[in-house]
Formats: sequence, C-alpha cells, structure tokens
Amino acid sequence: MKVLSRIYIPLIFILLYLPIIIVILFSFNDAGSMSHFDGFSLKWYAELFEDETALKALGNSLSLAVISSLLATLIGTFAAFGINKMRSRWLKTTIRSVTNVPMMNPDIVTGVSMMLLFVAAVSIPFLPIKFGQVTMIIAHTTFSLPYVILSVLPRFQQMDKYQTEAALDLGCTPAKAFFKVELPAVIPGIVSGLMLGFTLSLDDFVISHFVSSPDFQTLPLYIYNQTAHDVKYSMYALCALMVFVILLLLFAVNFAGSLGRGKKAKKA
Amino acid sequence: MKKKSFIEGFAAVPHVVWMFLFVLLPLVFVVYFTFTGADGKFSFDNITNLSRYLHIFLLSICFALIATTLCLLIGYPLAYFMSRMKPKTQKILVVLLMLPMWISLLIRTYSLMAILDNGGLFNTLLESIGITRVHIVGTPGAVILGMVYDFLPYMVLPIYTSLSKLDNRYYEAASDLGCNGAKSLFRVAIPLSLPGVVSGITMVFVPSISTFYISQKLGGGLFDLIGDTIEREFQNKSTYNIGAAISLVMMVLIIISVAVMNRFSEGDENERGIIV
Repeated sequence: MKVLSRIYIPLIFILLYLPIIIVILFSFNDAGSMSHFDGFSLKWYAELFEDETALKALGNSLSLAVISSLLATLIGTFAAFGINKMRSRWLKTTIRSVTNVPMMNPDIVTGVSMMLLFVAAVSIPFLPIKFGQVTMIIAHTTFSLPYVILSVLPRFQQMDKYQTEAALDLGCTPAKAFFKVELPAVIPGIVSGLMLGFTLSLDDFVISHFVSSPDFQTLPLYIYNQTAHDVKYSMYALCALMVFVILLLLFAVNFAGSLGRGKKAKKA
Repeated sequence: MKKKSFIEGFAAVPHVVWMFLFVLLPLVFVVYFTFTGADGKFSFDNITNLSRYLHIFLLSICFALIATTLCLLIGYPLAYFMSRMKPKTQKILVVLLMLPMWISLLIRTYSLMAILDNGGLFNTLLESIGITRVHIVGTPGAVILGMVYDFLPYMVLPIYTSLSKLDNRYYEAASDLGCNGAKSLFRVAIPLSLPGVVSGITMVFVPSISTFYISQKLGGGLFDLIGDTIEREFQNKSTYNIGAAISLVMMVLIIISVAVMNRFSEGDENERGIIV
C-alpha cells in the first residue's frame, strides 16, 4: 500500500501539471511550433503586449471582478445577517434554496436564462440597459452571491448572540450593535467571500459568453475568441502569465496567512 | 421577545429582490420560451421536436458518465492515499490539487489540445521513437480525456475532505478486529466517505454534461453535445425557443439525478465537502 501510494500520487500530479508546464515552456519557443524548440525568445510576449484588445480585456476583467465581488459581498453580507435573524424556518429554507440555484445549475443554463431576461429587458423602450458591462456586472454578482452567503452565514450562526444583547443592554442602538459587534465578528467570512467572488468573476467564461457583447470582452472571452480558429502562440504566453500571476497570488495569500498566525502566536 | 429592529427586518430584502429578478425571473423566461413558438404563440412543438435531439442527449450522458466513472476510479485512490499521508505533506498536496482549479478551464483545455494535436508534441515524440502519428483530437477518447483532465480535482477534493475528517481510530479499530489494509478500505473508508463521493460525482457530472469548449477543442467539432447544441441555438434569435427547451430538459434531468444521488448518501449538507 505504502509503495503504491509513493508511485501513484506523484504520477497523477505529474500528469495533471504536464500540459500546463509544456505550454509554458513552448511559450518561449522562437519557432512558433509545438513540435520542436528552436531557441529562447520573448516574441510571443511582445506580440501579446502590443495587442490592444488583450490589454483592454484585462482591464475589463479586473474592473468587472472588483465591482461585482464588492456588490455581491455587500448584498450577501446583509442578506446573511437577515437570514440568520429570521424566525420563520420556511422562509429561511426557501431563500437559501433559491440562493443556491446559480451554484447548482450548470453554468450554461444560468447563462442562457439571464440572456433571455436581458433580451427582454433591452426591448423595453425606456429601460437604459444594453448588453455589455451592465449585464456582465449583474450576471457576475448573481453567481457570486451564493458563495458570499456560504462563507458569511456560518459566521453569523456561530456567533455568540449574547454579545449583541450585551451591546444592546449597554446602550447601543441595534444599528450600532451591528456595526460594532456583529460585523467585526464575521469579517473573516466577508473577506473569504470577497476573494471567492473576485476569483470566480475573473475565471468565468460560460455565463459571460452569453450575457456580454463584442465590445465588452473579458480575458476569458478574449482567449475564447483567439483560440476559436487557428493556433495563436501569443495565447501560450498569456497562459504562462496567468499561471504565474495565480502562483504569485497564492504565495502572497499563504505568506500573509502565516504572518498573521505568527503575530497571534506572539501575542499569546 | 424584543421587537425586530428595522435593520434586521430589511437586511435580506435587497438580496431577495435580486434573487427574484436575476435567478427566478430568468428561469421563468426559459419556461416561457420552451412553451412558445418563434411567433410567440403557445405551443408544445419545442418539446415534441426534442426527439430529434435524442441522440445528442444520449451521447452527452454517455460521455459524462464515462468521464465521471474514470474520475472516480482515478480520484478515489488519490484522495485515499493523500488522506493517509503526514499532515504537512497533505497540506502541500491539497494546494497542488487546488492550483489547477484556479487556472482557467479554457487554458487547461487548450494546453491539452496543443499537446495532443496532429502537429503537437505528443505526435512528434511518437514519430521520433518510430511509431506513426495517431489522430487523437477529434476522437471520443480525446473529449473524455479532456473532461477527466479538467474535472479530476473536483472529484478528488470533496472525497479527500470526507476522508481526512475520519478519525484514525476507525482504522485502528478495524485492524484490531482483523481487517487488513484492503478490507478496511472497503469496509471503513469507502462507506464513511460516501457523502464526499456523491458530492464529487455531482461536481464532475454537471460540468461534463453541459460543456461545449472541451468538445469544440478536443472533439474537433465532430461531436455535438448538449452544451454545443444549446450554444448554437442561442446564436440565432429564431432558435431561442428550441434552445430554451433543451436547457430546461437538461436542468430537470440534472435536478432529478442529483436528488436521487442525495438519497443514497444520508449525510447532511454540512458534512459534504464543499470547496471554498
């Protein structure tokens, strides 16, 4: 058993990473080929940075991810607070089940259903809505919301409710108690919900594919359009860059986490 | 009991309104388009016409089932071995497992295609050792391989989460009572990790059955899966209705199969591994 696991774990992980590593290597290939390596070159990276659509798509992706994750966190945090305080079990379950729909449904169904709604909304004459940034913000906020609630609601549930009551007894208004007692207690959940929403938004392709317009491209949509027909070696460069950024972020988060833990350990 | 304050009563209202407008209402539109013709009149034509798409449904279900089974067969041992490693090693392996999940599916699929393509590295390697080139892209195997490669981490992670929560003393008790390694795997680990398995199966099956990028890239456009069909029908306003009908049927199929599977695992929702 032990020997088997020594072989099996590395084998699967190598297979999992091999394609990505090979593509990163060949993004530096001067030949522009997947079959032979001619020499080291950065020309595909240069081509990528000269492509204005790519840079614009990156900008769109980032602004969309920031706006939609903030919006989802704002709505979701208040919602989690409200759901936690609800007395009717029926109401609670109903809201939670509806909230989970975008998470359980295949992305393509969420995408086309929202597209149908927006098609109808656009045809209403006095509604100033059109496919593009606005529809994308709505869609991305919608699919991020269940994840925000999933990370924030348990924090409210685990909270000691007597703390709030103590605050109220000591003269806080309910609003003040919320901001001074309850909100600080759920901050870790809010942060993880925000980060989750941000990464989901950056990564989403399927839903965006249906609710965006050609003049509002995000990075995944740009990759899709670029890879639709022929092989583009600048896409390999983009892949390599994105993997690098993800690695960097992961290390940063881990490093910040261990730093925070270190501080706490010192205090104790 | 004190009266509910204003903020408590209304905190969830924006969310409820949002969910109504952007989750429930869109689904109402899907149902509406399913039961109307292109002229906007009520009809059952879209549902009756679905029989023309039966082979697409069967092919997609078949591909998704094979991919899910392979993921389970490859993923379960991986999750099991991972859960038996030292805690420090486990932590590193979990990060390694989650890393591909953060890399865009488009990138992972495209990388795989770049390697397996006719002029790609794999065929060049085959040729250099004296074997003739093989067509991989454009075969059913390539599509299934793409699904397994893309979604394997989604199978392993929930199973690993279930297994890592298992108290080591269960295994000790099993071995004290005369189970060998294999027997304790089948009589202890597998039954107790069933909720994770169910969650893993759902997380692989749902994206597999609804994908269109994988079949476009690795199927070489030769295979029409449900996802491809929906995507195509929604490019043209006159076929929105049939597209909506296909989406609705797929959604109902998935809801039924998930409900049936959840019956099999009696664990409650919080015990199932969820990636956060």
